[in-house]
Amino acid sequence: MLTSIQTDTPLISLTKVEKWYGAFHALKAINLSVRKGEKIVLCGPSGSGKSTLIRCINALESIQSGTITVDGTTLDNNSTSIDAVRREVGMVFQSFNLFPHMTVLENCTLAPMRVRGASKPDAERIARKYLERVRILDQAEKYPAQLSGGQQQRVAIARALCMEPNVMLFDEPTSALDPEMVKEVLDTMIALAVDGMTMICVTHEMGFARQVADRVIFMASGEIIEEATPEVFFTAPQHPRTQAFLGEILAHH
Amino acid sequence: MIPIGANEMLFLMQGLKWTVALAAIGFVGGGVFGILIALARTAKRKWSRTLTAGYIWVFQGTPLLMQLFVVYYGVALFGLSIPAWVAVAIAFTLHASAFLGEIWRGSIEAVPKGQTEAANALGLHYVSRMKDIILPQALKISLPATIGFLVQLIKGTSLAAIVGFIELARAGQIISNQTYRPLLVFTIVGLIYFALCWPLSRLGARLESRMAKAAR
Repeated sequence: MLTSIQTDTPLISLTKVEKWYGAFHALKAINLSVRKGEKIVLCGPSGSGKSTLIRCINALESIQSGTITVDGTTLDNNSTSIDAVRREVGMVFQSFNLFPHMTVLENCTLAPMRVRGASKPDAERIARKYLERVRILDQAEKYPAQLSGGQQQRVAIARALCMEPNVMLFDEPTSALDPEMVKEVLDTMIALAVDGMTMICVTHEMGFARQVADRVIFMASGEIIEEATPEVFFTAPQHPRTQAFLGEILAHH
Repeated sequence: MIPIGANEMLFLMQGLKWTVALAAIGFVGGGVFGILIALARTAKRKWSRTLTAGYIWVFQGTPLLMQLFVVYYGVALFGLSIPAWVAVAIAFTLHASAFLGEIWRGSIEAVPKGQTEAANALGLHYVSRMKDIILPQALKISLPATIGFLVQLIKGTSLAAIVGFIELARAGQIISNQTYRPLLVFTIVGLIYFALCWPLSRLGARLESRMAKAAR
């Protein structure tokens, strides 16, 4: 495990969060608290609600009951709280979701200019800093379609970082990548973790979980089944469903 | 029979001028209102979607000819006396806005959902989300269908003749009546329409195949 900068104040807390899609109960009584600087890996079988959970944190999905608080702001239906939370929270998607009609640099400067009111030179300076950090500055003038999947995902990480968030959410960031590109994205995420970023990652990359996570959380059927440090999680999982899941996923690695 | 000379051709060209002007007014006016309709049609509020859906149904479900009549005589009903071309321009604008609105609604919805999500996650608001992210991509998707509609609109302007408006088709009819050479006159008229529409159709087809290639 990496040494992390941690304090005791929870940066994110979810209390009794319930979510339905029609009759489908997607999240059941979720309680979760994440401290500043903490790195959480969320795993579980598909349909277990792990992506839904992190999408609730930046209000891409609404919840039916419970509370979600990010850095002191409690999400409700008014747009002020949603804006405040989204300013603090960056997100990286499985399918990158870069803006295809904009260059890499424009992808990175749009939100700082429109949301934070940054001037173009300032936004470009910040963008170049983060593109450098994900080691893709040399591609700044290209369009997303001209890049490989791994490069696109690194741009997506830089784009989120340009808003200088306190928290980064990763929704299966390497699942859509060819195997040879997974490492470059994971290395970028590890570097981010080393720098002390608070991170919640939905991923099946168990090597990444071992190396980076402070806590691994296992979800199934919309519930948090088990949470533990990586050592305990991988060597002595308690719940039978966790054991079954790990048995399956580790057999493939 | 009277030969077709320079005067007759000049008269046709004046008709052509009105055909082009009418199509241009309809396209630009319809474009401006069409974008508003497309936005209202994809808005969150239900009443806005229902209202614009009704508007689109009315204009897609009735003949353009009838729409021309209703506007032409409807405006007179209010005691307003406006030139025929204004009435026709209004009718074409309404007609085009419904069709373009529906084409663009489809294009807006064809932009992958992940684009909206990424924009939301970055904290971008509706105006920027639409102006910077969704509409530029939707416009590109809509180009073949938009050009296809423009071609329809150019040919549709011939219906304006019914309210006494002298555009290309009506000009052809007048010349034909004067010269007793309908076949020759309408062949010329047809060729002029063709020369106007065919390059546009080709452009639309080219854009479509280029986009199909890019999507692969």
